[in-house]
Amino acid sequence: MAVCIAVIAKENYPLYIRSIPAEQELKFHYTVHTSLDVVDEKVSAMGKALVDQRELYLGLLYPTEDYKVYGYVTNSKVKFVMVVDSSNTALRDNEIRSMFRKLHNSYTDVMCNPFYNPGDRIHSRAFDNMVTSMMVQVC
Amino acid sequence: MEGLTLSDAEQKYYSDLFSYCDIESTKKVASNGRVVELFRAAQLPNEVVLQIMELCGATRLGYFGRSQFYIALKLVAVAQSGLPLRVESINTVKDLPLPRFGASKNEQESRHTTSYSSDTENQGSYSGVIPPPPGRVQVKKGSVSHDAVQPRTSTDQQESTSPVVSPQQSPPTSPHTWRKHNRHPSGGNNERSLAGPGPFWSPFSEAQTGSSAGDAVWSGHSPPPPQENWVSFADTPPTSTLLAMHPASVQDQTTVRTVASATTANEIRRQSSSYDDPWKITDEQRQYYVNQFKTIQPDLNGFIPGSAAKEFFTKSKLPILELSHIWELSDFDKDGALTLDEFCAAFHLVVARKNGYDLPEKLPESLMPKLIDLEDSADVGDQSGEVGYSGSPAEAPPSKSPSMPSLNQTWPELNQSSEQWETFSERSSSSQTLTQFDSNIAPADPDTAIVHPVPIRMTPSKIHMQEMELKRTGSDHTNPTSPLLVKPSDLSEENKINSSVKFVSGNTVDGYSSSDSFTSDPEQIGNAVTRQRSHSGTSPDNTAPPPPPPRPHPSHSRSSSLDMNRTFPVTTGQQQAGVVAHPPAVPPRPQPSQVPGPHVHRPVDAEGLITHTSTSPQQIPEQPNFADFSQFEVFAASNVNEEPDDEAEKHPEVLQVEKSSDPSGSLRVAKTDGRIEEKTAASAPANVGKSTTPLAPPPKPIRRRLKSEDELRPEVDEHSQKTGVLAAVLSSQPSIPRSVGKDKKAIQASIRRNKETNTVLARLNSELQQQLKDVLEERISLEVQLEQLRPFSHL
Repeated sequence: MAVCIAVIAKENYPLYIRSIPAEQELKFHYTVHTSLDVVDEKVSAMGKALVDQRELYLGLLYPTEDYKVYGYVTNSKVKFVMVVDSSNTALRDNEIRSMFRKLHNSYTDVMCNPFYNPGDRIHSRAFDNMVTSMMVQVC
Repeated sequence: MEGLTLSDAEQKYYSDLFSYCDIESTKKVASNGRVVELFRAAQLPNEVVLQIMELCGATRLGYFGRSQFYIALKLVAVAQSGLPLRVESINTVKDLPLPRFGASKNEQESRHTTSYSSDTENQGSYSGVIPPPPGRVQVKKGSVSHDAVQPRTSTDQQESTSPVVSPQQSPPTSPHTWRKHNRHPSGGNNERSLAGPGPFWSPFSEAQTGSSAGDAVWSGHSPPPPQENWVSFADTPPTSTLLAMHPASVQDQTTVRTVASATTANEIRRQSSSYDDPWKITDEQRQYYVNQFKTIQPDLNGFIPGSAAKEFFTKSKLPILELSHIWELSDFDKDGALTLDEFCAAFHLVVARKNGYDLPEKLPESLMPKLIDLEDSADVGDQSGEVGYSGSPAEAPPSKSPSMPSLNQTWPELNQSSEQWETFSERSSSSQTLTQFDSNIAPADPDTAIVHPVPIRMTPSKIHMQEMELKRTGSDHTNPTSPLLVKPSDLSEENKINSSVKFVSGNTVDGYSSSDSFTSDPEQIGNAVTRQRSHSGTSPDNTAPPPPPPRPHPSHSRSSSLDMNRTFPVTTGQQQAGVVAHPPAVPPRPQPSQVPGPHVHRPVDAEGLITHTSTSPQQIPEQPNFADFSQFEVFAASNVNEEPDDEAEKHPEVLQVEKSSDPSGSLRVAKTDGRIEEKTAASAPANVGKSTTPLAPPPKPIRRRLKSEDELRPEVDEHSQKTGVLAAVLSSQPSIPRSVGKDKKAIQASIRRNKETNTVLARLNSELQQQLKDVLEERISLEVQLEQLRPFSHL
């Protein structure tokens, strides 16, 4: 289960960022920010010609002793960054992928809402609920 | 203070109010805060309130305990009905209407009302009037006021709307009811109290239905009977909000009026349905929505694009955030456009919101859009669904059953992911969870939550597809690359070895499953190959790369094929015999040496055979003697030791027969094994005799078997004379496989399971390896960077 999930716009400002537990929010914000560099690195490494074939899922961006950071970028250069607890060893790569897939789906639903202006913060309740379901179950 | 006896309804109501006031759950309520609000809302003069508080003892204690609170409530009821406040009046006054509290959420109302553009005055009056106890009176009120409304002007609407306030009421202009209801502290409170007074009303409502008591009611006395309260608060705000909702034009207002007035008829009709569905769309409302839809999109079966809908709903002057949420709820298929149903649902939610009702987290069932092609039936279904929707937890709406079936019908039809929908509809029909007013209705079902994004659309949704994909991939992951898949390929490749493999498998007596045979086959195949190669090629090197000991189970997939058994067992038996002869050592070598003393070894072999049960193919037993004999004959013939063939033959024969019979007598399972072993042993020497190549270590007994099988095959024909003996053996053998079969299957199943686990673990392992590689790479890169930095640090 993720401890922090962030949606970053193309211009690298956050559209949505949420983490638990709340007191470590700042640390996760910082982590997400630094991981954006890694995302850019991976994206640019693919090369322009490969954009079409580029895999959306970027995989593990950055492991530390406490947690791991995974990245996912959409075709519109919107990035999803997920921080998961390292102690949660049961998380397989496929599970991370499915979580990103769900995120992506929810994000597109938010986009489809005509009342949502691209570039705004995401306030959608459905999106919130989906993210909550993916977050760590902190009692 | 004397004891307080409360009726059930009162009990419930009071406990609700108490819990409402007891925000800190301390079981005692301070006299400030909500209690004060509550009493103020009772619209009693201050001195009366003070008197009440004194009477109930709160002033003494300084706070309201539960009993004090109840007493106070009772006194409020007494006061509101105009009776003098006495301590004894608590119990003496029977059939007291429940105390009424208006404006229990004054602040909320004022907030809502301020949001309405035009009704400051209404706000004032409105806030003063708030709906009393949830709906008790409301129902009656509603019907009454609706009647009264019709002839009226805008005030009529207000009347009609005001009574509507109570959610329990058959939802005339349900938004209004919502609003009032919403004002109450958490719907739960209302619902519970609703349950009590439910039966309460009906007499009232009927009594008042016909009357234009609305007028009288309308005049609104300050401590009016509950009904009046309703009417009185039926102020403009409701109407005004309605009006505000359609800021577009006067025409809208008139439409609203029509809607409101028309609603009354429905309400009266629906009086009997005492449950409350605030989310129901009445016919009039729906008609109105449809008309609005037509203004944007003339084709009723078409879509309203998102931008047009955005403009339209922005006119309602709701905050964008709320509009966004409404859109999320109502755009059922997430396509960015609204169908008629979706539009109606959205509109309804907007109306509700404007009237102060909080938006639900999930789309209420009655607002769920139906498939476009079923719109006609959907409309009917909509209505019935709406009717069927139950607002009060306590009662099963009479009309619910008729509506539910229609819902059920529509759902399964419409649903593409049928199983989920059917579950939902079943649940909705069976459960009455729909009745939770402020909880979000039927969609609270996890199924519906999940199903929601998998709409009833005709086109496969991306989500749906992805879900399917997920399911598929998930299933893929769960399916282990069965060894069965692997093995057959091996088998197919090794045509030459197939027979030998089968033979080997057939020889297995332990009841190994076919999977076992498969798994062991490759090994055996390899063994067989190597064995054959080694034997045929007589090159010691060939015996080198033997796969792991196939000993355990050369299960045979076709034990029934006697041909194999006939031929192979022969050789196998001999091979086994030979191999067994040298379990530890390199079989081939010793074989020649074994020849001289086959007899000696035989007993050893027999024992060894029994120990090597795993390696004994089932097929072997069938013709052990046959194999033995031929083997021995050949072996003897080829043997350097020049043992007399006859002796060798006979001895082996006898011994084999004996051995075969002995093992069979001793161990069912081991029997065949033993025989096989014997044959192997017997064949081994023969093989050795045939090929000078030193046989591989014991693990290769099967190989040898196979090899010798091939070699012996031609010889088998020669020894047809042995068939007689073999037949005897065979006859005994068939009985074995039967009992072994069951074990075999069980073992095969377990082996299959183990193999699946193995593959899963193997995959996990590979993934971890991958991760490890990545990590190592990173480490290397970091080290490089460190190296680069190091020189600088020295500077």
